[in-house]
Amino acid sequence: MSKILVNVFFKPEILDPQGRAVSGALGRLGLTGVTDVRQGKQFVLTVDGEVDSVKRAEIEKIAETLLSNPVIEDFTIEIHP
Amino acid sequence: MTARIGVVTFPGSLDDKDAARAIRVAGGLAVPLWHADADLHSVDAIVLPGGFSYGDYLRCGAIAKFAPVMEKLVDAANGGMPILGICNGFQILTESQLLPGALTRNDHLHFICRDQKLRIENNTSMWTGDFEIGQEILIPLKNGEGGYVADEKTLDELEAEGRVIARYLDLNPNGSRRDIAGITNARGNVVGIMPHPEHAVESLTGPTTDGLGFFTSVLKSLINNGAVSV
Repeated sequence: MSKILVNVFFKPEILDPQGRAVSGALGRLGLTGVTDVRQGKQFVLTVDGEVDSVKRAEIEKIAETLLSNPVIEDFTIEIHP
Repeated sequence: MTARIGVVTFPGSLDDKDAARAIRVAGGLAVPLWHADADLHSVDAIVLPGGFSYGDYLRCGAIAKFAPVMEKLVDAANGGMPILGICNGFQILTESQLLPGALTRNDHLHFICRDQKLRIENNTSMWTGDFEIGQEILIPLKNGEGGYVADEKTLDELEAEGRVIARYLDLNPNGSRRDIAGITNARGNVVGIMPHPEHAVESLTGPTTDGLGFFTSVLKSLINNGAVSV
């Protein structure tokens, strides 16, 4: 059994008002070391067995067609065997 | 024979009844379509209404694009059938890539509900023929994720091709790029708009009856292109 983490974030040029609100809250807490916050989503997928090239291609398709909107979002895939 | 205009109800749709009413007020026959239908019941045009289809889970409109009815709708849209997406319907049309760009969280993060002034900028689409270019209309707006975004190239193309159908006037309520409230595809049959024309068709309940023009426009378009005989 393998776990796959799919991380989805807004593209850098897309405004992330939620991340900006979190960033503003940090300032109000008096925490000034963080200069920017971007908020994203993480999906944890579970598959039987190892992730071979066929499964990897399928996961990329899932990430591209359902989990993210390529117009506004980028994604990364992490595989944890 | 009057036109049969379908209104799709997804789990979580809110404005399907108002959309059907607007169609009837304009003189059309409203035909209910269900998200699980793999059949368009011989409709001549379709409205995707506002609401929160599938609870807005994942992204607004992201689950709806995989509904059985959408597969038929996308084929029909590519064949030239008039499709109007209002609010959540606009989000579904961008998720389905029938319209370019995307709708994102309002830049101020608040849900907004107000009567919104718009300027009509295109009267050649199948849903806007009854308006004058430059006409100002006032219709309700209510959204949490109504910020229209697209890359600069796409925005430039929309402007150059006259595909921005309406722009926000007086204030930009949600951070939409270039004050865009609604757009059309190149063919002019698929239109998405974030404010709600279907809530402005009767003086008893709407701020104006300015929204009626979208629905009377499509009825005329269908007669003019021969899809419906008078």
